[in-house]
Amino acid sequence: MIAELGLVALWLAAALAGLQFLAGFGALWTKMQGLADLARPAALVQALLCALAFVCLLLVFARTDLSVALVAANSHSAKPLIFKLAGAWGNHEGSMLLWVTVMALAGGLIAAVERRLLERTMLATLGAQAFVGLGFYAFLLFSSNPFERLSPAPLEGNGLNPLLQDMGLAFHPPTLYFGYVGLSVAFSFVVGALLTRQVTPEFARVMRPWILGAWVFLTLGITAGSYWAYYELGWGGWWFWDPVENASLMPWLAATALLHSASVLAARDALRAWTVLLGVIAFSMSMIGTFLVRSGILTSVHAFAVDPERGSFILALLTLYIGGALVLFVVRAGTVAEGERFSVMSREGALVVNNVALSAILCVVLLGTLYPLLTEAFGVRVSVGPPYFNPVSAMFFLPMLPILAVGPLLRWRRDSFARVRASVIALVLLALTVLLGVWLWAGVAILPLLGMAVAAMVAVGSVLPLRGRSLRKLPLAVWGMVVAHLGVAVALFGMAADSAFQQERLIAANVGDVVEVGPWAATLEGVVPVAGPNWQAIEASLTLRYQGGDGTLTHPQARAFWQPPQETSEVALVTRWNGQLYAALGNQTEDGRWQLRLWWKPFVTWIWYGGMMIALGGLLALLGRLSVDVRRRLAAGKIARRKADEQVLAA
Amino acid sequence: MRRLRIFLWALVAVVGGLFALFAYQLGQPKDEFVESAMIGEPLPAFDLRPAVGDRPGLANTDLADGRARLVNIFASWCIPCRVEAPQLEALRQSGAEIVGIAIRDRPEDVAGFLQIYGNPFTAIGADDISAVQLSLGSSGVPETFVIDGRGVIRYQHIGDIRPEHVQTILYELREAELTERGA
Repeated sequence: MIAELGLVALWLAAALAGLQFLAGFGALWTKMQGLADLARPAALVQALLCALAFVCLLLVFARTDLSVALVAANSHSAKPLIFKLAGAWGNHEGSMLLWVTVMALAGGLIAAVERRLLERTMLATLGAQAFVGLGFYAFLLFSSNPFERLSPAPLEGNGLNPLLQDMGLAFHPPTLYFGYVGLSVAFSFVVGALLTRQVTPEFARVMRPWILGAWVFLTLGITAGSYWAYYELGWGGWWFWDPVENASLMPWLAATALLHSASVLAARDALRAWTVLLGVIAFSMSMIGTFLVRSGILTSVHAFAVDPERGSFILALLTLYIGGALVLFVVRAGTVAEGERFSVMSREGALVVNNVALSAILCVVLLGTLYPLLTEAFGVRVSVGPPYFNPVSAMFFLPMLPILAVGPLLRWRRDSFARVRASVIALVLLALTVLLGVWLWAGVAILPLLGMAVAAMVAVGSVLPLRGRSLRKLPLAVWGMVVAHLGVAVALFGMAADSAFQQERLIAANVGDVVEVGPWAATLEGVVPVAGPNWQAIEASLTLRYQGGDGTLTHPQARAFWQPPQETSEVALVTRWNGQLYAALGNQTEDGRWQLRLWWKPFVTWIWYGGMMIALGGLLALLGRLSVDVRRRLAAGKIARRKADEQVLAA
Repeated sequence: MRRLRIFLWALVAVVGGLFALFAYQLGQPKDEFVESAMIGEPLPAFDLRPAVGDRPGLANTDLADGRARLVNIFASWCIPCRVEAPQLEALRQSGAEIVGIAIRDRPEDVAGFLQIYGNPFTAIGADDISAVQLSLGSSGVPETFVIDGRGVIRYQHIGDIRPEHVQTILYELREAELTERGA
């Protein structure tokens, strides 16, 4: 019953999306007020229906209703409840339903609160949002129905991929989806603005919170995904340039560029066409990422169910939306009149450099991800890995960061170098000092060395905008910028320090042996078998001492899940402020010793602290913008009321 | 403005080309285990630098000197590769000559791995971007190939070698040696 209710809600939501599409565009062309009045309610009801469908899916998973094919394929009665729920979106159909639900909720929210734009632009935006939604409804209902029944129902489910039975991962995919879908809202605004020729600063201000929100979620999702790969895959690395990782990085790069160019448009009415193009590209990257992941067209460590039919479906959607939006952009580019001009030496100039560098990195990642696909068409199989991505992306990333350190010090429109000369010289001297100091002290490789120097420069540069300003009166958005930029420095320092100073031991130890790695001494106290609800494991007791201090007892495991059968490594981590010890237990060797892999990773955690700071910065900026909007709206309401009162008094 | 227009249409064309590529690739049969395509084929040309200090690297010409060999594709970061180490040792003791290709690995990691699990290899090439691995028709680690004395791929074993596989692989290796002599 619950499954059928969900399916009905989903069909009704799709029908309402159709209505919203017709009402939005119909009203735009016929100028019929009756049609226009339908668009916003349709979006609202659609959001409620979608939410209902998603709740139904959660319910069938919570009750492990095995007569639903999706539950039987992805869940198991012995699983803890939280992972049963996470199982609802830890698969293709469920995740697509989540996608559509988030999109409908976002559409409902704009319909409910957004009143700043011209009503015509809003209608076009809602129509575009519904148009994008319709494609995904069709995809869901025709090729990936999450509520499909299975008859007869099996006695037990298949279980969830054990790698995914992890708290971090339970919330990683939905976080990324919020990001992807948030970009769809930006996309709809762009299409609406293009159709009605309203690429204005007001449009950028309306779009900005959505970009910020999407960007915060993407940042968090990527950070969490990176940490998950780090401790769950047991390889000690934190970024693998895997196609699926790249699929989340590309929208982030585009959204970062979009965020900055939308700021220029909002503040200065410049970079109009560029902002619009980035809006199209950002959502395109979300969709291309989804396509690459879901079609199985690329080989990846993330093993998703592969289905060429679904791939063709998403490809058709890609062509329709991305192709359509690009053609619309080309046709309308001439009418997006040139924005305000600015000199190279200005805040806008620095932001253009940021935009160009981010776009270049985006191209580098896109090319590396798709290159195997291209050569395969000519019969050559290659795989592109860190030896390409690391240096080539660093080539654009490292020059961009000094600009990041200086950019916020510049004034809008036009500035003179003389005004910031002292700061620039100080920053450059600082970078050179760090460069020389680290080189003489430790002699590390060139990329980590440059990374540390630039990190120091960005760290100091990012707090310089606070100089000489009242900290209490500083707008939240500026705090957001400072925190996010500081986060970039922190994360970069973590990456550089980890690759420069990490130490590693791979040894076979008897019980009682002491192993040293860097400043740590590890004692293997014992190895025992343990069992969990749906797995069994061998578990080591490992006492870890930092520089002869108090020992911390840890329990790394080699875990074997039995439904489906798969082995995972549960690593032991000891975190200090200056880094992390990472211990993984391997197999037993023939002579009865246990294989241990230990890493000392100085400052590695700073990578994720930095990622969180970047997200926090985005959140602060978002709150800052929203509070300003709310205050403006309240003030406008007050003025309107006062005017009405005056009229009443006058009469 | 005209130039911008042209640039933008070029962008649309690039995106269109990309989608055409996607569509073409979607239409291709996508089997991750295309191993049989390479059986009976000569090895592609490659020349890999040594993966560790005390063993030579590996080139395809080394494998066409009249002797049949096993080529084992492994990596220090690969868990099943640790599991198959005793079986590789058993194969070596049964007279098989084994050469290795280390995938996406660092010399110190490979050395540590061999120190613990034993070194059955007479030569180990380093394949940093999986180029050789993929050209052999291998998509994962570990995999083991039987190569005959003319450098032709005769047999492919996917996944770790379990004790029950040892005899099969020895049989295939002898077959490769015998047909070579008969030919």
